[in-house]
Amino acid sequence: MSIRDAWRSSEPVRLEDHGVDTRHQARQIFRRRILLAAFIALSVFAILIWRAAFLQVDRHAHFSELAESNRTRTLVIPPERGRIFDDAGRVVADNIATFQVQITREDATNLKQELSILQEALNLDDDTMSDLRERLRFGRSFDPMLVKSDLTPFEMAKIAQLQPWLPGVEIQSSLKRVYPYRQLLAHVVGYVGRINVADLKRINPDVYQGTQYIGKSGIERQYEEVLHGTPGHKEVEVDALGRVVKVLKIVRPIPGKDIHLSLDVPLQGIAAAALGAFSGAVVVEDPRTGAIKAMVSRPSFDPNLFVDGISQKNYKALLDDPERPLFDRAMTATYPPGSTIKPVMALAGLQAGIVDPNKKFFAGPYFQIPGDEHHYRDWQRWGHGWVTLDDAITQSCDVYFYDLAFRLGIDRLHQFLTEFGLGAKTGIDLPGESSGLVPSREWKRKTKNQAWYPGETVIAGIGQGYMLTTILQLAQTTSTLAESGKRFRPWLVKTNELAEPSIVMNHESYWTDVRHGMFDVVNSPKGTARRIAAPYLIAGKTGTAQVFTVAQNARYNAKALAQKLHDHALFIGFAPYDNPRIAVAIIAEHGGSGAGTTAPMARKIMDYALGYQAKAPVKIELTNHGD
Amino acid sequence: MAIKLTRKHPTGGGERLHRGGPLGGSTHWPQKAALILAVIRRINYDPVLLLFLMLIAAIGLVAGYSASEQSVVWVEKSAFRFALAFLLMLAIAQIPQRFFFSIAPWLFGFVVLLLVAVYLFGDIGKGARRWLDLGFIRFQPAEILKLGMPMMLAWFFAKRPLPPRFLDVLIALMLIAVPTILIILQPDLGTAILVMMAGIFVLFFAGLSWWYVLAFVLAVSAAAPMMWFYVMHDYQKERVLTLFNPMADPLGAGYHTIQSMIAIGSGGIWGKGWLQGTQSHLNFLPEGTTDFILAVYAEEFGLMGLIILFSLYLAVIWRGLMIAAYAESTAGRMLAAAISMTFLVYVFVNAGMVIGILPVVGVPLPLMSYGGTALVTIMIALGMLMSIRTQRSFLGHER
Repeated sequence: MSIRDAWRSSEPVRLEDHGVDTRHQARQIFRRRILLAAFIALSVFAILIWRAAFLQVDRHAHFSELAESNRTRTLVIPPERGRIFDDAGRVVADNIATFQVQITREDATNLKQELSILQEALNLDDDTMSDLRERLRFGRSFDPMLVKSDLTPFEMAKIAQLQPWLPGVEIQSSLKRVYPYRQLLAHVVGYVGRINVADLKRINPDVYQGTQYIGKSGIERQYEEVLHGTPGHKEVEVDALGRVVKVLKIVRPIPGKDIHLSLDVPLQGIAAAALGAFSGAVVVEDPRTGAIKAMVSRPSFDPNLFVDGISQKNYKALLDDPERPLFDRAMTATYPPGSTIKPVMALAGLQAGIVDPNKKFFAGPYFQIPGDEHHYRDWQRWGHGWVTLDDAITQSCDVYFYDLAFRLGIDRLHQFLTEFGLGAKTGIDLPGESSGLVPSREWKRKTKNQAWYPGETVIAGIGQGYMLTTILQLAQTTSTLAESGKRFRPWLVKTNELAEPSIVMNHESYWTDVRHGMFDVVNSPKGTARRIAAPYLIAGKTGTAQVFTVAQNARYNAKALAQKLHDHALFIGFAPYDNPRIAVAIIAEHGGSGAGTTAPMARKIMDYALGYQAKAPVKIELTNHGD
Repeated sequence: MAIKLTRKHPTGGGERLHRGGPLGGSTHWPQKAALILAVIRRINYDPVLLLFLMLIAAIGLVAGYSASEQSVVWVEKSAFRFALAFLLMLAIAQIPQRFFFSIAPWLFGFVVLLLVAVYLFGDIGKGARRWLDLGFIRFQPAEILKLGMPMMLAWFFAKRPLPPRFLDVLIALMLIAVPTILIILQPDLGTAILVMMAGIFVLFFAGLSWWYVLAFVLAVSAAAPMMWFYVMHDYQKERVLTLFNPMADPLGAGYHTIQSMIAIGSGGIWGKGWLQGTQSHLNFLPEGTTDFILAVYAEEFGLMGLIILFSLYLAVIWRGLMIAAYAESTAGRMLAAAISMTFLVYVFVNAGMVIGILPVVGVPLPLMSYGGTALVTIMIALGMLMSIRTQRSFLGHER
């Protein structure tokens, strides 16, 4: 019996060569196993359906929610930044629409050809093109890549004309911050720039999503929160690659608030022009309110360079410039006030009761501390002779003030000047203000670990030695003098306006004494600034500060050496005398003398501010007339 | 296979008036139809199996149209492939089953040699050494073994007394182990599992004693930790770990599983409707037209759609097991049963992966996933199933 026959039989069959055939048994087993397999198949599908039911019925709500959040994204719409205006409504920081060409790889039908068309139409150099190609190759295919920004109308017309040959190329508009007055307001208005790591630490990143710019300095930084606005958002449906498929909901952003400054751009321009080629600063304040009408620091820089990231070369040029254009000379730099401090010294003496305004004092060529050989010399070699307080201010008599300071003593001097607001920040609404320095025994012990010498008190009387002020502080001091003690915090934006405690003198007449002295500086035949006497009444004080005290790491070169050795020229003044409307503080670095250099500058500024047209404008000359 | 045609000429056809009548031609059209019918009758196929398979393929095209972002081109291409695959299946069905077993040992030996060759000189693609480049064609020898393994073992056991004796079981295990290990070394876990399972199914249907089954289960549970530490690659381990906690790495290894579960779960009982699936249409589902097409389908057609699809798969497997039960020859019935169960493994491994109960293994869903090699393999197997059906006898009946 063959195997073929044997396995069909129901009984075991003995085969010749294979022993007992058990195939019928195998067949029975096979039948059972088929049933078992069918059962396994059933259970497998039961498990699959049970699991699917668990996902689709039990956890349906959960997964629906996940699917929903999967497909929706919230995109932030950045707000438009508020603009900045001067007091007459001139725009000093604006947002302008710029147009840029971008290309999307996915939508381009013939990328190579389109790139060559673009290169020719826009005159792009090979570096830009290879950079663009790299970005296109490695970027996501649906992300538009910038080809050129700041398109001219001509270039836009060209692209529009070539549009049929440029699928995937589009013109996109965006807002760019511009400063139309460029250098003129750079230090005050400041500038915006790209958000960097340091900025990220002090801002709420949610609010700045999608925002390109953040205020880096000046008003732009001080009022960042006001200017920035509140971002809106839109809910969009996206695919797994983040590509927007559909917009579901839009919440519009709230644009930033516009800011109106107290600055007057033409006055600022006049002030900057008056400084001429000098490095220096001018601060013009309205003494009645504390409003800053002009705040100039020269030399300056173009803030527009910083908006979209300054190039390494330009930045290096600004940093390496020995005149340091980035340095704000109006409120960050500190200078010895020189003789401009004398009116305040006079007030201090009057208040302390050590000076009688009418009593005559003999001012020789020098002052000596009793028992000391050292001569503290007057600027006028032969001295001033018998002088009253008025004469001393008018002629800027050093010896008078040496004596005054010596008798007053450093403690009372320090106390009064501090009360006057010197040695502390004025509180102007700008970042980076310096506090200046009014020295004291305590200060010297702390910083230099030395005792205070009487000689240092003596030179403090004429604003030399350790004393340092900012030009803003000098303007503030001038305002206080102009208003006879009424003080206002200086402000650029109205919200910062604040009346500060007035300075009350023991006798109201002390103010008149000092102010009259300042009046005579300009209007008496012996006054140091008599040359700027105007039809309206100016009161002022000239000053000179020694060069080496200036905190500058200027690199000297032979040609500039001569001028670098000149003293800094200062002038403070207010006008009109009876009813002051303007207070000015000026420094011209290495300007020589206050009388010859800065006083005529102040006259020009006051002429403009008070609406006076001089028939023969005063000349500014670099000569030492003495203070 | 020769097809004998009988052409009955109508009596006195020569005298018919409308000879060469309005329809033209030398034969009358009912005769033509009869001729065609006769040809179709002679084609050996299983209409029930064919019907189910075509239904699944139709669902595959419908889901694929959605998954391919409504690409008509894709559907055309896919339909063309399906048509070719069905023709291949029918062609294989015409081959007598004797042929499969007569080539089985040669095929098996050849493929194992190829596997060794791949191990030594194979091309590396996607970090795995799977492809053999013969200059004109690159192919995966392991794919052939999905069929070669059950063919070989069925051939082997058909010549031996059944139920298998210890020595035969040992030889069979060797035959399974050698190629499986070679494939694991490539490494291609998915194929290795399918090949191994195909072999084990033959062993099982040959009537392997339950004692052996028990021993085997024990051996596997002992070997599993060994596999974990010595055999499995990091990416494979990662997939297994991901299965237990997909949220641990939602953007990396767990991404597929999470997105697929979201797709299925958000479908609900009735689904979001055809072409309405957000997960697949917004590209959150990777491999939407291939390994994860079931998720696309489940998202749009819901639990009801899944039940219908799974019923069709179950029907195919049921029909395959029927064919095995009715098959006449020993080798044929074992091969048919093994093919049916391998088909089940395909469906289970893919669906289990999509549904989040099995690790991510690259096993396609038969007749749904878009893929060349796997489709060819499956259709050849089904063609063999149809071929085996030709020679059948009822269980226990003598003929």
